[in-house]
Amino acid sequence: MTVSLSRRAFLTRSAILGCSAAASPLLTPISLAAAPWDQRLVVIILRGAMDGLDVVQPYGDPSFPGLRRTLSAGPAAGALDLDGFFALHPALAPLYPLWQANDLGFVHAVSTPYRDKRSHFDGQDLLEAGTATLGSAAGRDGWLNRLLQSVPGIEAETAYSIGHDNMLLLTGAAPVANWSPDISLGLSPQAVRLAELVMHDDPLFRDAFAEAQMLSGSMQMMEENTMMAGGEMSGMATMTQPPKGKAKGIDLIAEFTAKRLKADTRIAAFSIGGWDTHDGQQRALPRALGQLSQAILTLKAELGPHWKKTTVLAMTEFGRTVRENGTRGTDHGTGGAMLLAGGAVRGGRVYGDWPGLSEADLYNRRDLMPTRDVRAYAAWAMRGLYGIQRSVLEQTVFPGVDMDSDPGILR
Amino acid sequence: MTFDPILAEKRFGYGLSPRLAAPDSVADILTRLQEPDEIAVRFQVEPFSQFRDRMHRAQSIRKEFRELRGTEAGKALQKQLKLVKKDARQQHRHWLVQTMLRRSWTRDGFRERLAAFWADHFTAQGKAGLLKRGTTPYIEEAIRPHLSGRFADLLYATTTSPLMLHYLDQENSMGPDSRRAQKRGIKAGLNENLARELLELHTLGVGAPYSQGDVRQLAELLTGLTYSAQDGTKFRKDFAEPGSETVLGKTYGGDQPGLDDIRAVLEDLAAHPATAHHIASKLAVHFVSDTPDPELVRVLEQRYRDTGGDLTQVYDALLTHPAAWQPEPSNIKLPDEFIASTMRALAIDPQVFSAIEDGDQHEKHVIRLFLKPLQLMGQPWQAPLGPDGWAEEDDAWLTPQGLSARIDWAMSAPAKMRNPLPDPRHFVTDALGRWAPEPVRFAAKAAENRRVGVALILASPAFQRK
Repeated sequence: MTVSLSRRAFLTRSAILGCSAAASPLLTPISLAAAPWDQRLVVIILRGAMDGLDVVQPYGDPSFPGLRRTLSAGPAAGALDLDGFFALHPALAPLYPLWQANDLGFVHAVSTPYRDKRSHFDGQDLLEAGTATLGSAAGRDGWLNRLLQSVPGIEAETAYSIGHDNMLLLTGAAPVANWSPDISLGLSPQAVRLAELVMHDDPLFRDAFAEAQMLSGSMQMMEENTMMAGGEMSGMATMTQPPKGKAKGIDLIAEFTAKRLKADTRIAAFSIGGWDTHDGQQRALPRALGQLSQAILTLKAELGPHWKKTTVLAMTEFGRTVRENGTRGTDHGTGGAMLLAGGAVRGGRVYGDWPGLSEADLYNRRDLMPTRDVRAYAAWAMRGLYGIQRSVLEQTVFPGVDMDSDPGILR
Repeated sequence: MTFDPILAEKRFGYGLSPRLAAPDSVADILTRLQEPDEIAVRFQVEPFSQFRDRMHRAQSIRKEFRELRGTEAGKALQKQLKLVKKDARQQHRHWLVQTMLRRSWTRDGFRERLAAFWADHFTAQGKAGLLKRGTTPYIEEAIRPHLSGRFADLLYATTTSPLMLHYLDQENSMGPDSRRAQKRGIKAGLNENLARELLELHTLGVGAPYSQGDVRQLAELLTGLTYSAQDGTKFRKDFAEPGSETVLGKTYGGDQPGLDDIRAVLEDLAAHPATAHHIASKLAVHFVSDTPDPELVRVLEQRYRDTGGDLTQVYDALLTHPAAWQPEPSNIKLPDEFIASTMRALAIDPQVFSAIEDGDQHEKHVIRLFLKPLQLMGQPWQAPLGPDGWAEEDDAWLTPQGLSARIDWAMSAPAKMRNPLPDPRHFVTDALGRWAPEPVRFAAKAAENRRVGVALILASPAFQRK
């Protein structure tokens, strides 16, 4: 029950601050200690297994064209050449300027230690747990939470899990905020007191409610501050800018993420689904890629000057078969790709040791051979961003990972 | 730790109703389950075979349209197609209401819970077009008639259902050496999605000893299994991989590929000890606790194996086990259970919905009352992210945002369905029976108005756990 543990820790803190903050409009902003770092990290989990070979197409590999019949035909079919060997899926064209500005990069032929069963659900659990094997479900925590556990001075809003799913990635003993931008909780002070009373004896309810009260309160405060700041700058800006429609879906998530990162939050995570392209991949994949590129562009636009200090890692549970299947899609595979973005990354290149695609180079004669543990790249990112000790990364955050040499993915 | 009528309604049904008597024994629950499905007659839902007529109609219109593109007649056809789609969408909203009303007014809550449990175990959804509206008809036809029969029959019905064949991409899968693939060249072939999920999710479970080779062989064995809007499920010999396949060491098929081979492999998968364990664990987790007593799982598993997967027998083993009747409420209701049990406790009059004659109005009402709130609670209606369905773990649901969405709904929705709202001091007993904890009784009394009083009762852990 690691979640309730973390919420208990949270509750102690929020009790000191006054956990009915939202109920009291007179209370001045909730005081949170400054975050321990300035660097921002966003982890996006791509659920469903992204086809790395279609997103970053190794069109320079002589074996590749024979493996894909309708998919991944490289620059000849509209993909954008990256470096003479790899080409970017056309649906990511909106991100191409970022590539040119060295704000976008990729890592290829990587995977978690998960092998052979190729189950989405175990694969995602392992990706988020950051461990080498799947232990029992009880008491599991996520690698981003273990990172937080290793750092003193973490506050409830240092890390944010955003959206409607409770991500294992951030679950654990360290305090983490969970929220979704489309939720509001407007209760009268009397209703809040009574709700606290009915939930008091059930820790899971009590702590979730306390956190909800505090987050929705701090959210309101933030909105009001933004509105006031806008007002002071006179009507100029608002008149010249077209009125912005209410953001929806992934825009709303990315916009909210950026807002938190501009305030006290330093680490945020959310997920994007839609990558399980067994059938008609040419139709299905651009939808998911559109979401991903929209999320990154919104982050960049909203973060403004903070983009320079931002690292985005987009990771998936495993790659897909090198061969196209019989229904113009791909089935579950092993090695895949990770996306890097942000002003803090050294983009403009595809990292990794390319294993080749001839029959003998493949994993089980069907999948891209992973040549490095994807966790090693994430570990090096955290080492560079936050100065976390190598021993902590190798033993606690990613138990058993071999970080090996620094791939230099950060500027 | 023995049978209790209130617990029976909460844990194995959709909660207490002020208007309907709870079952008085385990035998009573099981007897009700064997009786005719009267609630399905009262609140009807279209079975898939009928839903298929809609698909067929849309297909015919599209076909005709291709000839008449750009003409006035073509325009009329486009309009017709739009209406077919709109009608299916509005029916989909209506079926949501019907599902909730069944749960609210049934005397046989266990049947409704089982329908939802198996619909989740065999998650299927449409990915495009009209099929997006087909989930309730799928449940009605492939799942509901088999709730208390053999697991193998349920497995066969779901595996061969058009919606499942569509959802897990079986419909276009062809043997690499099939006649059809040979004719179409290298562009046609195998898709292993259904085969993998059959083993991993529907039968053996991911921990069981099967290999990538078994997935592949099963995928080849399944080739030929497809459907059309006109005929429903069918076996296309020209799609089928010639020769035999070996799954988990047993050889199936041969010269005359057909549905019999598929029936045979599904029977064997249903009878596999790993399947017995997988199904036993899932039932125990869903109905009793996230961390069920291992002894309970063992007993269910044993009964499954002893009876060849007779589901009524397995339910009997569940309901007669003391661990099933631990008095402390445990699992948290899923959002759709929370909504249904609220409607049941409030005895929502079906006329609230049937009286809205205008389709657009009705649709708006359903979106506001159910579709949008379910999404905010983390459970968009019939749209889980993957074929593994919804999470069972309590903390997947009781996030700050999830709880806020529940409270928000509890504050606003009841008053839109029942006017005036009941007196909270009485409603607390309607909803929680004699178990109502003192703080909840106090809150019901102290609330500033009825609306808040009712909401606080619904928000309480005593109501949200089962």
